[in-house]
Amino acid sequence: MDAEAARAAPAARWERVGLTEDEYRRLVDLLGREPNDLELEMVGVMWSEHCSYKSSKVHLRRLPSEGPQVLMGPGENAGVLDLGDGTAVALRCESHNHPSAVEPVQGAATGVGGILRDIFTVGARPIALLDSLRFGPPERERNRYLLGGVVSGIAGYGNPVGVPTVGGEVYFEDCYADNPLVNVMAVGVLPRDRIVRGRAEGVGNPVFVVGARTGRDGIHGASLLASREFDQQAEDLRPEVQVGDPFLEKLLIEACLELTAGDAVVGVNDLGAAGLTSACSETASRAGQGIEIDVARVPRREPGMTPDEVMLSESQERMLIIARAGREDEVRRVFTRWGLEAAEIGRVTGDGMFRVRDGDRVVAELPARILTEQAPVYRRPAAPPADLEERWRLPRLEEPGPGDTAHWTAALERLLGSPNLCSRRWIWQQYDYQVRTNTVVVPGADAAVLRVPGSRKGIALAVDGNGRLAWLDPDRGARLIVAEAARNVACTGARPLGLTNCLNFASPERPETMWAFSAVIDGMAEAARALGTPVTGGNVSFYNETMGRGVYPTPVVGMLGVIDDLEKVVTPGFKAEGDALVLLGAPAAGLAGSEYLKVVHGLVRGRPPLVDLDLERRLIDLLVEAAAAGLLRSAHDLSDGGAAVALAEACFAAEPGAAGAEVALPEAGSAAEVLFGEGPSRVLVSTAPGDLQRLLDLAGRLAVPAAVIGAAGGGRLRIRIGGALAVDAEVQRLHRPWSEAMARWMA
Amino acid sequence: MTAPAAHARFRFAVIVFPGSNCDVDAHRALGEVLGQDVEYVRHDAGDLDGYDAVILPGGFSYGDALRAGAIAALSPVMAAVERFASAGGPVLGICNGFQILCEAGLLPGALHRNRDLKFRCHDVFVRVEAGRTPFTWGIEPGTVLRMPIAHGEGCYTAPPEVLEELERRGQVVFRYVDAAGRRGGDANPNGSAHDIAGICNEAGNVVGLMPHPERCVERLIGGEDGRRVLGAAVRWLAARRELVTGGR
Repeated sequence: MDAEAARAAPAARWERVGLTEDEYRRLVDLLGREPNDLELEMVGVMWSEHCSYKSSKVHLRRLPSEGPQVLMGPGENAGVLDLGDGTAVALRCESHNHPSAVEPVQGAATGVGGILRDIFTVGARPIALLDSLRFGPPERERNRYLLGGVVSGIAGYGNPVGVPTVGGEVYFEDCYADNPLVNVMAVGVLPRDRIVRGRAEGVGNPVFVVGARTGRDGIHGASLLASREFDQQAEDLRPEVQVGDPFLEKLLIEACLELTAGDAVVGVNDLGAAGLTSACSETASRAGQGIEIDVARVPRREPGMTPDEVMLSESQERMLIIARAGREDEVRRVFTRWGLEAAEIGRVTGDGMFRVRDGDRVVAELPARILTEQAPVYRRPAAPPADLEERWRLPRLEEPGPGDTAHWTAALERLLGSPNLCSRRWIWQQYDYQVRTNTVVVPGADAAVLRVPGSRKGIALAVDGNGRLAWLDPDRGARLIVAEAARNVACTGARPLGLTNCLNFASPERPETMWAFSAVIDGMAEAARALGTPVTGGNVSFYNETMGRGVYPTPVVGMLGVIDDLEKVVTPGFKAEGDALVLLGAPAAGLAGSEYLKVVHGLVRGRPPLVDLDLERRLIDLLVEAAAAGLLRSAHDLSDGGAAVALAEACFAAEPGAAGAEVALPEAGSAAEVLFGEGPSRVLVSTAPGDLQRLLDLAGRLAVPAAVIGAAGGGRLRIRIGGALAVDAEVQRLHRPWSEAMARWMA
Repeated sequence: MTAPAAHARFRFAVIVFPGSNCDVDAHRALGEVLGQDVEYVRHDAGDLDGYDAVILPGGFSYGDALRAGAIAALSPVMAAVERFASAGGPVLGICNGFQILCEAGLLPGALHRNRDLKFRCHDVFVRVEAGRTPFTWGIEPGTVLRMPIAHGEGCYTAPPEVLEELERRGQVVFRYVDAAGRRGGDANPNGSAHDIAGICNEAGNVVGLMPHPERCVERLIGGEDGRRVLGAAVRWLAARRELVTGGR
């Protein structure tokens, strides 16, 4: 061996598993020796960004995660919130971005499968799925291919598994062309005193792997696919994407919930990223115990698999179950009844070691904590982007006055048919959003509303994550996103209770990314605290970039609200002709980061506003109180597209005969700002004329501005600004571009 | 006929195949909402003794392996369903249950992939065409019901002579129409022959349909038209009991 080869040889050792030289040295120090190949593989995957959160950990600690309603916070498989009547709700959101970019159908499908396992792992029956998706512009065929594939993957897994997909959001921006985002949120329900933890408690207790057999699929998914930016070889990673089996998952859900309803089990963990390596080391480490397993006892799909392959496989639909000693037969009986395998592969030990045997031979032996708590933690360099102030500069726009009806009506039509504002029906019609018959408010509203089995209460769910705002100002953007999610939930009459998140960013090795990440955490923390919605956990996805081009910082928030009386649920559409229309909250909004600027002027510019969290909170209180008092016939958040688009959408969702609106908007800025300005704390509500005064009194008492702007009905949308008629069109005519756009591209 | 026995209680069996996922919905609709006695019966059960009616619920039995319903049709319980049906017992197959009944030969024809090759979940309107089945008993033919669909393979197909026979013998039970009860336009969501949404066997006691009556039995969730379909079976059973016992 020559000198050069000798220098290269050891380097290959850590690089092969995705570690740096420093990280390798750290491992040798912790271990007191060189790791063998399997140990190095295990550490490599567990110290990957995806599994260790090594770049995000120091920041995530700043998020508020406590409150009387939080039964289980971050660090477990899912967050759990208390509905207050003995029922609890589990929630979690996770990304499956890179797998979906490489293979959209299976990437998205296994994203659904993975997040569902997080929910039933804690003993909760999954009752809802939501998706937050990002793609490049639909004009490009590849982006349409990705959208079509992701939607059919979600449908192809969610529908058969029998969990309704009740809501979500999708945005199209150039920055997501090479890195689509696929975030899936799942929600489950359980009795509040039956939470199952992912802990390997009780020395001597048996450890089972149940469900699917272990195959050679997905090896290195976490370390190579999820923890690196893409390059031109991304396509070659397609074999790393696993294939999901929703039928198996359905059986696994039933079997696991049947088992955890009794007391034979002490801990459960799903096998996701890093498979057995992660599930065993995390359960042992959380319990402060050790664990010993024998890979020879793990059921396999094919003969000849090495211990490395068994330990790193990311085969889907598998779970780790730690049972009480002596109850082994009960575990086997339940799984056999559901036609599933349950193999006893090891025991909980008291020595803190993670010991892997292959029959009689010990093939890996290291402290479980090295893989988990002792993973490196980085405070990476952070610096704002050089062009930040440039992003904030809004050019002067040459535009006609509010009296140019033809101009503004055409602008509204154009916005309604644009990718980010048009109807999403083409997507959600492919999802079974009703199975289990709990869906009270179906997709297309501000938030989905579900009946909660076993409870008299209902829940409202929304996901929001406008990346454009976070790119323009990550701190303010994150505040706006949390506020919008809370407002969406409150528009149904639900009180926001808590949130989960999924933080999608570019490479953490770039200071610009870490600056944005840190600012997003600060903004999210501030808003979550002010609105009383603790962060119950979530997911961080870095390396969403291809050849140096990153996605917008995209923090997605999944908000859960609780509603006491489902009879009082409020929806966005107008209900009756003549109902009074009231604009609640902030009277004015600007064009920074707006759809109008993007669609009409091709600009992503301006500094987003700093949300007045105190006003936002009062507005939410108002919505909740007014809904409970039966004062709201409809409520719809003014968000993307501003007041004009919100009015149009409320017309599209109207009851027969109630479509149309004759309104005069307050003259607070230019015509474009009044019609299409986007800002927080603004909601369009309708109320029966007889209830109007009571609503205004309530708004006054809560110090929320309220402007009566007109009345519903008439079949036309007519918007005046200071006496000038800015928009005048048949609702039918506006409806066409909005309802047909997506189906047309996807045809 | 005497007034429907509002408090009549009957025993309904909801068959559970591996992969059934509307079993809980059927159970809830019949039990909690309609006040009937409902029990889950597993795919490996050998008999259906003591039940008054049998529901094959929706879902993806056996993960739609081979074809939707193909494996479930071979389950042990299907022999019992066949015996139950041939003895005149009312059997309703909803969505995947309809597919299973066709695969098992208890109903003619087959359900192919939807015309647009996509899963479709939304409300449809169906017109009741035959009032003689237990599940349309007492519903005036021509009545339009609004019910949700949720399927990828709901395009009803059969050879022309079979379709003709179905029409002639009055075995078409539900047909896709618009809100006003008219055929054509976009009313048919999946390309089904003759706009067929549901059919029955020659005797009329075995009914299969793609829409989900069990998903629309409460005002809060999906509307109440499905109640009429499931409620019809209760009335039919009550009428049959009256006939047998002479009203005693």
